[in-house]
Amino acid sequence: MTPDLKGGGAPRLQRNWDSRAACNFIGGGSGTGLLAAAALASLSGWPYYPAGALAVALIGFGLSMVWLEIGRPFRALNVFFHPQTSWMTREAFLALPVLALAGLAVLLDQHFVSLPFQAQLPVTVLALVAALLGLGFLYCQARILHASQGVPAWREPTLQAVIIVTGITEGLGLLLVLSLFLGPPLTWVVPASIVAVVARSAAWEHYRRQVKLTSPAPAVAVLNRVSLPVHILGHLLAIILLVAAFRAASPVVPAAIAGFVLFAAGAWLKFNVVTRAAFTQGFAVPFVPVRGRASTGVLRRG
Amino acid sequence: MTRYVMVADLRRCIGCQTCTAACKQANATPPGVQWRRVLDMEVGEYPDVRRVFVPTGCQHCAEPPCEWVCPSTATRRRADGIVQIVYDLCIGCGACAVACPYEARYKVEKRRFAFGDQPTADEDLRADDSLIGVATKCTFCADTVDAGLARGLTPGEDPEATPACVNSCISGALAFGDIDDPQSRVSQLLRDNKHFRMHEELGTNPGFYYLWDQSSS
Repeated sequence: MTPDLKGGGAPRLQRNWDSRAACNFIGGGSGTGLLAAAALASLSGWPYYPAGALAVALIGFGLSMVWLEIGRPFRALNVFFHPQTSWMTREAFLALPVLALAGLAVLLDQHFVSLPFQAQLPVTVLALVAALLGLGFLYCQARILHASQGVPAWREPTLQAVIIVTGITEGLGLLLVLSLFLGPPLTWVVPASIVAVVARSAAWEHYRRQVKLTSPAPAVAVLNRVSLPVHILGHLLAIILLVAAFRAASPVVPAAIAGFVLFAAGAWLKFNVVTRAAFTQGFAVPFVPVRGRASTGVLRRG
Repeated sequence: MTRYVMVADLRRCIGCQTCTAACKQANATPPGVQWRRVLDMEVGEYPDVRRVFVPTGCQHCAEPPCEWVCPSTATRRRADGIVQIVYDLCIGCGACAVACPYEARYKVEKRRFAFGDQPTADEDLRADDSLIGVATKCTFCADTVDAGLARGLTPGEDPEATPACVNSCISGALAFGDIDDPQSRVSQLLRDNKHFRMHEELGTNPGFYYLWDQSSS
C-alpha cells in the first residue's frame, strides 16, 4: 500500500496545457458535433451553409488556439510526423479534409440552396463525408486526453465517452441556436437533443464516479464543484426547455435558449476538466526505506 | 543488448541536492528547470512520520508514453534505452509533458536568468536558443555516455562516461549502468536489495530503480 505522502511529491496542477488547449477541445468538439448535426439537417431540407460555416469556424478557432500555445509555431507542420501512435498527429491529419470538405460544401451550398433537393446532392455527400471525418476528429480529441498518462483525470477511460457525447450535444445545441435565424427546428432535433443531454449527464456521472477512485483529491473536488451547477443548469434546465419547445406552438425561443445552455454547459465542463482538474499523479513511495541497512561496498570505480 | 538504468538507494540519499546542482551545472538548465531533482517527502501521520528523500527525473521508460504521444517524433528511445528529444523537431506542444507520469519534462518559453533580467557571463556563454519553446528533460548525460563509450570507457564505472548526478552524489546513493550486463554495478545492487520502480502499474517499464532494503535471500 502506498503510504500517505506530504510535502514534495504531492499532485500539482499541470501548467503545460492552459485555456488555449481547452479552446481546442471546446471548438473542435462543438464544431465537429455541429458538422454532424448540420449534415443530418441538410438531409431534412435545411440549408447547410450557416451551420457548416459556424462549424468550420469553431474547429479552425480551436486549432488556431493550439497553434498559439505551441512553443515553436513555425514548426507546426512537424505535427504530421507520427501517425503510427500519436493521436495528435491523427487529429491533424483529419483536420485537413474536415475543414476542406466542409468548407467546400458551405461554398457550394450557398449557390445550390435555391435549387431542388436532387441538385444539392454534391453538397449533401460532401457534408456527410465531412461529418464522418469530423466524428473521427472528435474521437482523436478524446484519445489525446486518454493518452495523457501524467494526468489521472484525463487518462480515465470514461472521459472519452464524455468528450464524444459532449461534442455531439454541443453540436445539436448550436443547431438549435441557429433556429433563431433559420426558422423552427426540425422535428427530430429537439428529441435528439433530449437524448443527447441525458446521455451526457449519464456519461459525466459515470466519469465522476470513476475519477473518485483513481484521481487525486483536488481533481475530484474540482469536478464535484462543477457537477451540480452543470446538472441543474446544463441538463435539467435544458431538458425542461427542450420539452417546452417540443410542446410549444412557437418553439424557436425555448429551443434556442436550450441550445445555448447545452453548448455552454459542455464548454464549461471541458474547460474545467482541461484546466482545473488536471492534477498530476504525484509521486509514490510504496516502501519506506529501512535505514541503517544500506547497500555496501564500492559503488563505483574510478 | 544494453539498457542503461539508474538506481537510487533511498537509505543512502540525504537530500543534499548535490545531484541537482551538478545536473544544472552540467546541462546549464535555467532557473526553475531541474532535470534531476530530489523530492523531500513526509510519510505517515504524527507521531509516526518519516522523511524520505527521493531522487527523480526522467525514468527513461522502456514503454515511454511521451514517445507515443509525440506528434513530431522528436521524442525517441535509443537502442540503449535512453529516451532523448531531438530539439530541432520538437514543436513544443506539451503533449509529452502531460503524458509523463513523472513530471520530468520542462518547457521554457523565454530565456530565464538566475539573477535578475541580465544573464551572468556563464549563462550568456552557455545559452542555447534551441532549448527555448521545446520540451527538455534529463538525458542521462547521453553526450557524456557516448563520449566515454567512444573512448572505451564503461558508463557507470568510469566517471568520464557517467551522468553528472551519479558522479556528484556524496553518499553514493545513485548508481548508473547497463541492467542487461549481469556484472554491472546496477545489476549487482538490484540482486542484493529489495527495490521498486515508481508507478509501475502504468506499464511504462521505467528505467529508474529505488532500493529500500536488503534482499532477504
